Amino acid sequence: MLNDLTFGQYFPANSLIHRLDPRLKFVLLVFCLVLFLFFNNNYYTLGLCVVFVFLVLLLSKIPLKMYLKNMKIILPVLLFTAVLNMLYVKTGRVLLNWWIFEITSDGLNRALFFSLRVVLLILISATLTYTVTPNDLSEALERLLSPLRFVGLGSAVHVLSMMMTIALRFIPILVEETGKIMNAQKSRGADLESGGLTARIKALVPILIPLFVLSIRRSYDLAEAMECRCYNGGKGRKRMKQMTLHRRDYLSLLAVLLFSAVLIYLFYTSKGLV
Amino acid sequence: MDTIIELKDVSFDYHDERAHHILDHFNLTIQRGSFTVILGHNGSGKSTLAKLFNGLYKPSAGQVLVDGMATDDEQYQLEIKRRVGLVFQNPDNQLVSSVVEEDVAFGPENLGLEPQETRQRVDEALKIVGMYEKRFSAPHNLSGGQKQRIAIAGILAMKPECIVLDEPTAMLDPVGRREVLSAITRLNREYGITILLITHFMEEAEPADRVLVLNNGVVTADATPSDLFSEIDLLREAGLTVPQTTLILDKLRQNGIPAAKGVISVDACVDEVYRLLHANPS
Repeated sequence: MLNDLTFGQYFPANSLIHRLDPRLKFVLLVFCLVLFLFFNNNYYTLGLCVVFVFLVLLLSKIPLKMYLKNMKIILPVLLFTAVLNMLYVKTGRVLLNWWIFEITSDGLNRALFFSLRVVLLILISATLTYTVTPNDLSEALERLLSPLRFVGLGSAVHVLSMMMTIALRFIPILVEETGKIMNAQKSRGADLESGGLTARIKALVPILIPLFVLSIRRSYDLAEAMECRCYNGGKGRKRMKQMTLHRRDYLSLLAVLLFSAVLIYLFYTSKGLV
Repeated sequence: MDTIIELKDVSFDYHDERAHHILDHFNLTIQRGSFTVILGHNGSGKSTLAKLFNGLYKPSAGQVLVDGMATDDEQYQLEIKRRVGLVFQNPDNQLVSSVVEEDVAFGPENLGLEPQETRQRVDEALKIVGMYEKRFSAPHNLSGGQKQRIAIAGILAMKPECIVLDEPTAMLDPVGRREVLSAITRLNREYGITILLITHFMEEAEPADRVLVLNNGVVTADATPSDLFSEIDLLREAGLTVPQTTLILDKLRQNGIPAAKGVISVDACVDEVYRLLHANPS
């Protein structure tokens, strides 16, 4: 099941969405999340949001299958909440009445809007992680948060992004190392696969302890290597990659602003359903 | 040739229960542009020595001078580390970023260079070690030899005068070792960078112009590779494994065959045996 979880991975492709400035993408994502949640309460706005997200997905040139894989995992949760919404809302026109169940138009709308909003949120967030490398994302965050230096938090922002960079670098190493340690312990007769829950958790201890010890040693080595490369806490550090906004970034911003204007217009002119 | 690194009467200990000095009144001078190999078995003090060269460790007594700057002087810390780069044994523990070119850029970025300058140095360094094609790759998808070459490129991008390598091939397979060694040799021959290679593989001393044998914090031999490898007993005393090539020719000499002394590489050994066979058809 975890293999289906593609959320958070990066899929290289040469698309407009991939080439957009990561900082802009991040800001636009947050903006879109707000729009989908708070300015979306009738069929016109919902339709517009769906069309907008669909266009973004197409522009990202990532197979729709990838996006749908995420849906497979949250589908049970979505269905469950949708059914609850349908059954618990008692206001509105009664559409169906059977035994103790009563489905009303309001209930149906609530279920529809709730599920589709979640689907839209997931799809648009997935677009961000699919089209920005983790490194670019951490750098974009560092740059977006850089105004915090005016309130004396500059070094905190730098430390945060350095930590993210190093974590990304070492995750694959730790995964590999865990595998090695597990094999080493198995070859000494450790039993990792049988027994109840507590037995299995206990069996993890001889894996976690060497993993921690090795990680601490690694961090000593890394600190020395960083010192040898003139690292002194990010003072006077200048990044090689500069992020500059291009014409496509401004045009995308314009497109999103246009979309939000139409959406907000529709939101205020039509009667809200939820 | 002038001096780049000078160790004057250096002592070092770890301030703990290991009461003895790792190094005791140690003196050493490294010439600019030279290729020096320091041979020593485990615990001979060679890794400590590596970290003394660029001020990562400070001497307990005495002085380490890099271009006349003392490594225990706070104001020279960054400049000394820029001039004397240090490459470690485990390539995984010295790469910072999960993108090759960003990792190589780490050093120049810390020096506060302009982005174009950093970019130019990164591309150049990657081309020198032959990893330019892999600049967008993730280190965990590369082989050990490739990772170690990227670590070298990361140091190279700071434009150092001298590179100290502490057992850079110890964790690599034979292919990786050859790749890294040929990159190191090229840096010395073509770019005039002073190389200090610390290792316990004797074969790696072959391209050097000076070999030091370190045993319990004392230099027991200081010679050219070909001179040193004639002294098989001395190498054994220092706890080093003598290359098989040298051993074969030594055995021949013991049996009265006039084989040349100081041959190290397999190719040179093959040539020598071939020459001997042709000289003595019997």
